[in-house]
Amino acid sequence: MASKVIQAFYNDDDVLMHAVKKVKAAKHHIEEVYCPFPVHGLDKAMGLAPTRLAVTAFLYGCVGLAVATVMMNFIMIEDWPQDIGGKPSFSYIENMPAFVPIMFELTVFFAAHLMVITFYMRSRLWPFKDAENPDLRTTDDHFLMEIEIHDNEAELISLLSETGAVEINISEKDLH
Amino acid sequence: MYTVSNKLKIGAITLMVIGTLGIVTGFLSAPATVEEAKAMVASHDDGHGDAHSEEASHAVADKGHGEESGAHAMTEAEHDEHVFHQLQNKPWAALYVAAFFFFMIALGVLAFYAIQRAAQAGWSPLLFRVMEGITSYLVPGGIIVFVILLLSVLHMNHLFIWMDADVVAHDALLQGKAGYLNPTFFLVRAAIFLAGWIGYREYSRKLSLAQDESDDNSNFKLNFRISAAFLVFYLISESIMSWDWIMSVDPHWFSTLFGWYIFASMFVSGITVIAMVTIYLKSKGHLKDVNDSHIHDLAKFMFGISIFWTYLWFSQFMLIWYANIPEEVTYYITRIEDYNLPFFGMVAMNFLFPVLLLMNSDYKRLNWFVVMAGIVILAGHYMDIFNAIMPSTVGDQWYIGIPEIGSILFFAGLFIFWIFRALASAPLQPKRNPFIEESKHFHY
Repeated sequence: MASKVIQAFYNDDDVLMHAVKKVKAAKHHIEEVYCPFPVHGLDKAMGLAPTRLAVTAFLYGCVGLAVATVMMNFIMIEDWPQDIGGKPSFSYIENMPAFVPIMFELTVFFAAHLMVITFYMRSRLWPFKDAENPDLRTTDDHFLMEIEIHDNEAELISLLSETGAVEINISEKDLH
Repeated sequence: MYTVSNKLKIGAITLMVIGTLGIVTGFLSAPATVEEAKAMVASHDDGHGDAHSEEASHAVADKGHGEESGAHAMTEAEHDEHVFHQLQNKPWAALYVAAFFFFMIALGVLAFYAIQRAAQAGWSPLLFRVMEGITSYLVPGGIIVFVILLLSVLHMNHLFIWMDADVVAHDALLQGKAGYLNPTFFLVRAAIFLAGWIGYREYSRKLSLAQDESDDNSNFKLNFRISAAFLVFYLISESIMSWDWIMSVDPHWFSTLFGWYIFASMFVSGITVIAMVTIYLKSKGHLKDVNDSHIHDLAKFMFGISIFWTYLWFSQFMLIWYANIPEEVTYYITRIEDYNLPFFGMVAMNFLFPVLLLMNSDYKRLNWFVVMAGIVILAGHYMDIFNAIMPSTVGDQWYIGIPEIGSILFFAGLFIFWIFRALASAPLQPKRNPFIEESKHFHY
C-alpha cells in the first residue's frame, strides 16, 4: 500500500526536539524520525512505548546462568569428575567458587548477544536489507521527521515550516 | 539557609545518650578475671564446650598468638586465659568497628567529592554542600579513631596483637615485619593520613565557600587542581590505612587487594549516605533544584559500586579458596566456621539486595525505595567491617549485643548531630559554581 507522506528536514537536534513536541501537541501522528545519531529523550517526546528490551536482557541473562550451571555440572562434576583446587569433593555446590567466573561470563554473553539479536529483529534489520531511510542526508548531518498525510497537506506544511524545518518534501511511500 | 530541626537534634542526642549507656554497660560487664570469663562462657553456651577448646586452638594458631603453642593443643588454663582476653577485647572491638564505620562513611564521601571536583562534573554541584556537610565528620570521627588506636598502643586493649612486645618476641614473622608494624611508625602514619584528609577537606570547603562570594573562577580552578592532587594522596593513604587499621588485626595474613576492597565499602556507604541526606533535606523542602535525575544517578552509583564491592570480595575469596595455602585460607576458615551467618549474610545484603532492588531504572527514582535499599547497604557494610575486625579480636565469642548496638547508636547520633550542624552553617546551594546551571538542568 502506498501512501503520501510529508518529510521535514532539520539540521539541529534541539530544533528537532522542539519540532517533535510541537507536532505532538498539535495531535499529529509522527510516523518515524530518522537521525544520524541517537537523540536523547526523543522516544519520550514522540510518545513511543517504553522499551521492553531490558526485560528480555534479564531473561536472557537467567538463561545464560542456567546454561553455565548445567554445562559446568556436566563437564566438571558428572562426565569427568575433577579434583578442583586439591578439594576432591565432586559436588557442584562445594566447587561453586571455581565456576562463578564462567557463570558470570555466560550470563553476560547470553544477555548481550541475544539482546542485540532481539534488537535487530525487532528493528527489522538483517543482512542485505535495503535501507529504510528515505534520504541519504540522514546518515550525515540532517534529521528527518516523517508524517503520514490524511488530506491535511496544507495544514502540515504550515505547521512544519513554523518549527524551523530547513526543507519540506512530499513523497509517495510504501508502508510496511 | 537550613536550620537543624529540634526534633533531629534531640533525636541525635538521645541516640548518643543511649549509645553511651550501651558502651559503658559493655565495658562494665566485660570480665575482670579469668574465672568470671569462664562463668560467662559457661552460662551462655553450654553445649559446645568440648568442641570449643579445639576451635579456639585453631583460632590461636591462625592469629599467631604463639607460633609454638599453636602446634600442640592448648591446655585448659591457656584456653581460659585466651577466652578471657577475647571477652575483654569485646567492648573495645565493638567501639572500634562502629567508630571506624562512621568515619569511613565520611572518608568515602570525601573520595566521591574529590572525584566530582577533579572530573569537573556538571551534574553534581548541587550536591556539593551535602557532601561537604558529611565530610565535616572527618574531624571528630578521625580524632576518635586515632584515640582508640593510641589507647591500643598504650596497651589499654589488645585489638592489635603485634603491639604486644611479648608476642613479637616469640614470633619470627612479626619480628620480620617489625620495621613496618611498630607502634611509633603506626601512629605517625595514622597522623599523616588524618592530617592529609582533614587538611584537604577544610581547604576545599574554604575554596568552595569563597567561590560563592568571588567574581571570577579562580577558587574553582584551584579547587580542581588540589582535588586532582589529593586523589593521588588519597589512593595511597587509603590503601595503607586499610592495611594498618584493619588488616593488621590479623598480622600474619595479608591480601594485596585489601585496600581496594575496603575502598569499595567506604565508597558505596558514602554514596548511600549522600543519597539519604539529600532525600531527607528534600523532604524538608530544601534543595529545591535537586530533581529525581540526581537521585537516579546516586542510586546508579549505589548499584554499580555494590557490584564492584562484590567483584573485589569474590576475587579475594576465590583466589585464596582455590590456592588453599594454609596461612591464607585460615582467614576464610575462621569466618565460615565461626561467622557463617554474618559472613554470608553480608554478601546477600551487599550484593543480592542492591542488585535486585536497584536494577529497575524506575525504582532508582523512588525516594523511599532508595532509602530502603540504602539502609540494607549500610547495615551490610557495617557487617563487612564487623567481619573484618571481630574474628581476630574476639574469635568465636562474638554476638551483636549491647556493646555493639550501643556503639552504633552513639556514633550514629554523633554523626547525625555533626553533619547536620555543618549543613546548617552555609547555604545548601552553591551560588557561583560555574556548573551550577548545568546541574540545575540535569536530566539523565
